[in-house]
Amino acid sequence: MKIVRNAVDSLKPHFGKGGRFEKLHPAFDALETFLFVPGHTTENGVHIRDAMDLKRTMFTVVVALIPTLLFGMWNVGYQHYRAYGMEVSLLENFMFGFWRVMPIVIVSYAVGLGVEFLFAVLKGHQISEGYLVTGLLIPLILPVTIPLWMVALSAIFCTLLGKEIFGGTGMNFMNPALLARAFLFFAFPAYMTGDIWTDLSPEPGHALVDAYSGATNLVYFDENYRQMTTVSDMFWGFEQGSIGETSVFAILIGAFILIASGVGSWKIITACCVGLLGMGLFLNLIAPADIPTHPMHTPAYYHLLIGSFAFGAVYMATDPVSAAHTEAGKWIYGILIGAFTVILRVFNPAYPEGVMLSILLMNVFAPIIDHLVVERHIKTRLKRA
Amino acid sequence: MATETTTTAAPSVKPKKEALFSKKNVKTLRDPLDDNNPITVQVLGLCSALAVTVQVKPALIMALGVIFVTTFSNLIISMIRKTIPNRIRIIVQLIVVAMLVTIVDQFLKAYMFDVSKKLAVFVGLIITNCIIMGRLEAFALAQKPWPSALDGFGNGLGYGLILVMVAVFREFFGSGSLFGYKLVPQWAYDHGYVNNGLMVLPPAALFIIGIYIWWQRSRNKKLINVS
Repeated sequence: MKIVRNAVDSLKPHFGKGGRFEKLHPAFDALETFLFVPGHTTENGVHIRDAMDLKRTMFTVVVALIPTLLFGMWNVGYQHYRAYGMEVSLLENFMFGFWRVMPIVIVSYAVGLGVEFLFAVLKGHQISEGYLVTGLLIPLILPVTIPLWMVALSAIFCTLLGKEIFGGTGMNFMNPALLARAFLFFAFPAYMTGDIWTDLSPEPGHALVDAYSGATNLVYFDENYRQMTTVSDMFWGFEQGSIGETSVFAILIGAFILIASGVGSWKIITACCVGLLGMGLFLNLIAPADIPTHPMHTPAYYHLLIGSFAFGAVYMATDPVSAAHTEAGKWIYGILIGAFTVILRVFNPAYPEGVMLSILLMNVFAPIIDHLVVERHIKTRLKRA
Repeated sequence: MATETTTTAAPSVKPKKEALFSKKNVKTLRDPLDDNNPITVQVLGLCSALAVTVQVKPALIMALGVIFVTTFSNLIISMIRKTIPNRIRIIVQLIVVAMLVTIVDQFLKAYMFDVSKKLAVFVGLIITNCIIMGRLEAFALAQKPWPSALDGFGNGLGYGLILVMVAVFREFFGSGSLFGYKLVPQWAYDHGYVNNGLMVLPPAALFIIGIYIWWQRSRNKKLINVS
């Protein structure tokens, strides 16, 4: 540690005022604060400084994402070898997925941080840590077959138009990672829907098994929900889907980390589930009795397991910047996300995954929800006065 | 909104005849191109900017149509401005604009039927384009015919510039072509390039206009804090 500290200290003057690389100060600052606790002290007035700064918050989320990332890598390999009817070891499954997923992660980080860096140098502010999470979320919500240049394009789009244009981390009104996915979803629909969820790069000596089908549960869901994979498969994640969203179990581990550390709001996660189950049960009640395969008949708890609802509710909806801020607002916000997800899934086959769109929609409405909650509070206080 | 600069009433007493392209008149013509652009600064006429900019050709025709309507509506209204009763001025303006739009519409139907079909209802909707009514109310009603015509031409041109600029981006990235002529070579597609489907959808125009406004305001210091 001492050696690193000395090295950083000896470099420091070059990046300071009047130094040779003064323009690159943001990059140096980012490196220094990444390695060491920043030595800032409060200059005037009394402030409470917590160790839980932005960097640590973001890092906690990254840690919470690791179970889904590891499982996602394994599942990519598992789905690949299953499509070819091959039996391979756990490690082979994982390594296959590792070599497929890592490039996506690297491209997402490199391009997104590049844009952030460019803006930090141009505008002379610090590089913020917001992208640490976004850069990992983007690969986890994409299919493994996505071309890398599309990942790069979506990373540029979400950093530029989702964040920097509004003033950087903490100013974005929508979740940047979801914005990246929405961008790809509308820009390159052929690469985001359909038969793309399994990596089908050829295996010499093996042909695709006859039973292989590229359809995810969400496709069966619209045709006949009884054809979906078993509940246990959906829970553990042995199904096709975006890289990180298949395993509800891995997501629950992440949810535990987020809630225990206080980074994610348990209210939002619970409210999302409540809204989803409520709307699911309501649709069960009014489902047409003469069409037994109608998606409205799907048992409500299925909605918790299929698609990326769990991922969205735990990692996306709880984004502290774009979610509602008031305590009552969080409940409304979450319940509406859950309810809209079910409505989109059931009634709009064109958008089989409603989670993305409903979270983005509620991101837009979060400030209004907060406003109404605050106004109402003021009114009740005035009445009592 | 931002039209105060141009609405300052024309001086009622004019000692000598003004040159055709005096400094003031040139400013009237040039302001709407950048400093007071109807789309990016006054934020008017967005609906058609979103709708007809998928390809360059319809956008260009639409721009020409709007230039024609703004120029002549401004000119005509300015010529009869002293005889229009104030209380029914909107109706009079509408009649003039509707007449001009009908001329454009019939002309397109007669000579460019395919473009007319593509533009569809949006030619007719030039009537409701806020730019036209805005210029009539803000400029033509208080100015002499020649400056009014220049102002109308400038605003139509400012609108058209943005329209064509947006359309170039949308057609190039959305269909890989310009004026229907393929620009992205086949080998790019063979190597995995894909046309961006978002560019064909109306929100893309909003993104492009937004980015343009961002760039314009970072370059043109006059526009900071003007909304």
